[in-house]
Amino acid sequence: MLEQLKDTIKKALPELDFVIGWGMGFDALHATPLFMYEPEDVDKLVWGPLNVHNLATYLPALKGRKVGIVVKGCDSRSVAELLQENLINREDVVIFGAPCRGTVSLTKIRKVIGNTGLIEDVNYADGTLTVKAEGASHEMALKDIRADKCGYCRFPNAVLSDHFVGEKRAPQVEEDTFEDLAEFESQPFEERRDFWMKEMDRCIRCYACRNACPLCVCRDHCVAQSRDPHWLSQQDGVRDKFMFQIIHATHLAGRCTTCGECERACPVDIPVLLFKRKFTKAIKDTFDYDAGLDPEATPPLLAFKANEDNIKEKEW
Amino acid sequence: MPVLEGRELRIIGFLCNWCSYGGADTAGVARFDQPTDLRIIRVPCSGRIDPLFVAKAFMNGADGVLVSGCHPRDCHYAEGNFYARRRLEVFKNFISVLGIEPERFEYTWVSASEGQRWQEVVTKFTNQVHTLGPLAPVPEISLDRLAATETAQP
Repeated sequence: MLEQLKDTIKKALPELDFVIGWGMGFDALHATPLFMYEPEDVDKLVWGPLNVHNLATYLPALKGRKVGIVVKGCDSRSVAELLQENLINREDVVIFGAPCRGTVSLTKIRKVIGNTGLIEDVNYADGTLTVKAEGASHEMALKDIRADKCGYCRFPNAVLSDHFVGEKRAPQVEEDTFEDLAEFESQPFEERRDFWMKEMDRCIRCYACRNACPLCVCRDHCVAQSRDPHWLSQQDGVRDKFMFQIIHATHLAGRCTTCGECERACPVDIPVLLFKRKFTKAIKDTFDYDAGLDPEATPPLLAFKANEDNIKEKEW
Repeated sequence: MPVLEGRELRIIGFLCNWCSYGGADTAGVARFDQPTDLRIIRVPCSGRIDPLFVAKAFMNGADGVLVSGCHPRDCHYAEGNFYARRRLEVFKNFISVLGIEPERFEYTWVSASEGQRWQEVVTKFTNQVHTLGPLAPVPEISLDRLAATETAQP
């Protein structure tokens, strides 16, 4: 299937400035974004559970250039959302899709193999990832080490694509039941607050969550750095960090496709995707809307009905 | 004079200029008794209210936040409150994941002539927040430094 994908890209490459995909990073376990300009670059392309990055993040900055992009199902939803918001032009982007079996969480792998810098060999076959590190060989079922978002994946195949390679896969689940959220919210309010106080205290304000987010598109005009309006100070306290996460989640309400880049990029593993999951659920319950499926749809927060279907008027 | 017994809490009210602010004024002119916990901020329209105003109020120590605008179909700007309704409803859903009880935040509609209704809204909402009690503050400094200052000043 990888060969087929490479051939498709090679065929399309002459028409394009370049194609964005994944290549091997500093070791076999870490993939890295790959920019393919020449046919020989295409040979470096990899496809598999190590393709963790959402490459759609690059697209808004490349608006106006003719580029190709390789996408997983979740990445394609980000592309659809960017199209909906006119942040990219459909005719400038060529989308290469392929069925995704789920991607790994490097944090979960690190828990198994330890924090080693020496990866000797990585092999993936039939749902099992084998990692050789420091002389020891670790076999892990993909189900145990995949990213949490893959557990409730409804779109393993690209929702829109110009070239789709391989056989379409069945979704993990038909409906997202938000069990992770329900579990978190089974705690009393005070415990939830305490949990976030501790988690936010660990935040180092690196803004990796914002930079990795394909839909955080304000770039140099982010409120996190703005003095006018002055939403956040430069203090290292819990309050400003917490407020930043609330701002990030709120700005993504009705737009977030829960691709999980924020949580993956977090160097201290704060589960910030939970905030976005909550918004996604609220949008789904109230407006029956999923972001990033239809580039022509009107997002619910940019519209209204005089009589809302699912909003009850208060009794007082 | 506070109508409620005990400690006063901090409740922030965002009121639209055209209806609810007038309604609150009507209640005042008519000398209706009201709890005094509410601090009012006047905004041009409920559509002007970014849900983040509410978040910021909670972060900075509010125990409850009330938003009030014109009744649907009565907005001075025709449709501001329709957009506000969607945003605020979603945001009200959201805050429970932060560990803030959704009952600490309400949005409602009061017109300029409804002084009586304003009194009712304020009383009911203030009671609702008082049942929950004060919201634990979010520290402005890191937890380490907070612990250090707490041991320094027992």
